[in-house]
Amino acid sequence: MTTRIVELRRGILKKNDELAAGLRARYTAAGVLVLNLVSSPGTGKTAFLEWTLTELRKRGVRVAALVGDLETDNDARRLASSGAPVRQINTHGICHLDAEMIARHLDGWELGDLDYLFIENVGNLVCPSSYDLGEKIRVALLSVTEGEDKPLKYPTLFNSADAAVITKMDLAAPCGFDRWEALKNINEIRPGIRIFETSVKSGVGLEEWLGYLAEERALSGA
Amino acid sequence: MHELSIVSSIVDTVTESLAAYPGALVNEVRLRVGALASVIPESLEFCYGIATEGTPLEGSRLVIKVLPVVMHCVPCNREVELEGVQSFRCPICGEPCFDLRQGRELEIEDIEIDEMDEAEVKG
Repeated sequence: MTTRIVELRRGILKKNDELAAGLRARYTAAGVLVLNLVSSPGTGKTAFLEWTLTELRKRGVRVAALVGDLETDNDARRLASSGAPVRQINTHGICHLDAEMIARHLDGWELGDLDYLFIENVGNLVCPSSYDLGEKIRVALLSVTEGEDKPLKYPTLFNSADAAVITKMDLAAPCGFDRWEALKNINEIRPGIRIFETSVKSGVGLEEWLGYLAEERALSGA
Repeated sequence: MHELSIVSSIVDTVTESLAAYPGALVNEVRLRVGALASVIPESLEFCYGIATEGTPLEGSRLVIKVLPVVMHCVPCNREVELEGVQSFRCPICGEPCFDLRQGRELEIEDIEIDEMDEAEVKG
């Protein structure tokens, strides 16, 4: 017997990263801007996305969504009420979406016919941050009911985000939400990130969000 | 808790790499894990015992080297190591840092194996 060190230097998620790179190339070629929405369960991702899809469709923008959940197609049915093409991805216990699941569920969709594709990840602030889905923009969502220190508790996710959305701003006062503290914490973890303070009930912050989507699409050259 | 799927991926990668060393036994698998990799070393170790059962990695040690976050600080014009992941400011000048240079790694660095000598393989 001889003892030997074998150097591997291999990314553990290399397979996912390679698939994600392939997806990214497909999105770019098709001219579709892809966003990955990540938050805890209960933040209001589905309500936020439902509003976004409905509003963009009203303006003649071509949108579609993939939605991940452990079980049930409740969210897909809610989102489909916007009239946009929606597909549910049931992960059956897996705590995140991965690139392979996305690739499989895009089958039969003509990406070139879309302006935006939204991916609503499984409600989880830990695991989705490791899995690249080929998205251009990762959006971290946080509701006023969750506490201002959420970004400090989940720095990995917030640090990997390109934009942050605070939801349920209509409940800020009853919840005693400290807005400055929340903004400070997000900036501490991801300095300079774009932050949208929104409520789908009151409508606050949503025009800015749509403006951001349009800007990013223009920037991406799509 | 995606540690089990990460460990399964480690088992697959190491097993593939053993093809070049017939009959080899794995003593140790060494990982480099960034402080922002969102995996918990204790959970990896816990899952490792389960996921390696009945594989060529059974009984091997998992050694995890945690890498601190390194950012590039523009005003200081140098790479700086952060003490934790609660603030992405330069520990020297206090300015926010935007450019991550290290901290998301999740990779197998190397493995230590006991290789069968040629005579043993033939025998």
